[in-house]
Amino acid sequence: MALEDFLGDNIFVTKLNDIASWCRKNSLWPMPFATACCGIELMATGASKHDIARFGAEAFRFTPRQCDLMIVAGRVVMKMVPVLQRIWLQMPEPKWCISMGACASSGGVFDTYSVVQGIDRFLPVDVYIPGCPPRPEQLLQAVIDLQDKIQRTGTVLGSEFDRRIRPEGPRPLALEVPQELQIVAPGNFASSNRLVPGNCNGQANILKGFNGEKR
Amino acid sequence: MSEEFPPVIQALAEAVSSEFPNGLLGRTSFRGNHRFHVCPKQSHAILKYLKTRGGFGMLVDLSAADYLQYPDAEDRYGVWYCLLDVENGRRLIVKTNANDPDPSLDSVVDLWEGANWMEREVYDMYGIEFRNHPDLRRILLPDEFVGHPLRRDYPMRGKGERHNFPVLTRAEG
Repeated sequence: MALEDFLGDNIFVTKLNDIASWCRKNSLWPMPFATACCGIELMATGASKHDIARFGAEAFRFTPRQCDLMIVAGRVVMKMVPVLQRIWLQMPEPKWCISMGACASSGGVFDTYSVVQGIDRFLPVDVYIPGCPPRPEQLLQAVIDLQDKIQRTGTVLGSEFDRRIRPEGPRPLALEVPQELQIVAPGNFASSNRLVPGNCNGQANILKGFNGEKR
Repeated sequence: MSEEFPPVIQALAEAVSSEFPNGLLGRTSFRGNHRFHVCPKQSHAILKYLKTRGGFGMLVDLSAADYLQYPDAEDRYGVWYCLLDVENGRRLIVKTNANDPDPSLDSVVDLWEGANWMEREVYDMYGIEFRNHPDLRRILLPDEFVGHPLRRDYPMRGKGERHNFPVLTRAEG
């Protein structure tokens, strides 16, 4: 006699990993790390029209210690990276991270000295959302995709995280900028060129005309 | 270049010229913005005169620009003070300049308290030192930042500030 026949319809049998993941994926508590306009879309996702509560993720907590899903919405500047990493480290296991929007994922249009070119260079990211800013539906799709991922890979003790021991983001950007060229803004008005040769200290040669010149 | 000056501004310019010979380098006007270009050595005295005698009791804005590679620019940095006469609703922009090396100006915090943070921002972004400023240190960028990023010769993509962080892997937390 099968166990199901003996217990009736009120009981179903599954694996512990599956039931733990099922519980976790349906009650994600987001930590809204909203720094820019993506944060507005994040708020819209939480509001009644799109209603993230349909997916069990409506409990936004503004302390990382009560959250298990960090949604980085907006650009992250270099001054903010230590804060972001500290918030991530404060979140209890198991935890996941969604990189929302072009800026969080790649720096977006802000290819400048201060803006980090993608948080995945310094943090592990589970789901990326394209868009500038993404619509609430895209964020909901990301939550659904993350739920699938949790159900597929989740374990009770979180051993799937232990295998992710390598940095998962792109390599450091500094390698991509050639040392002998400097980018200046505005560039040369005559040639529309923004790349000028400079020395190793980053001092471009265009300084010549103004060195030591006083009125 | 020079539009009509209102009689009040005209009289003020003449008063400043007579009070400070060689202090007023020129004046321009564009669409209602009246600008006095003043000598950087006398900028503090002229601003004090404009505040006490001219009635400009409020400093609306203080900012700067780097004119490196700018067509026909003679000075490296331009600094401007946007003044407002609250009682009469008159506005005036005072422009002055600074040059490498060691660009510096006199602080106007003793005239307008609100200049404190604005001068700190100019110092942070352009490296223009304000003499006699009570607390001249960086205001926006981290203390350990080296350089002044709004200078035109600062590389737009920086010197590695945005890369210099430890990388967290998922396994370590």
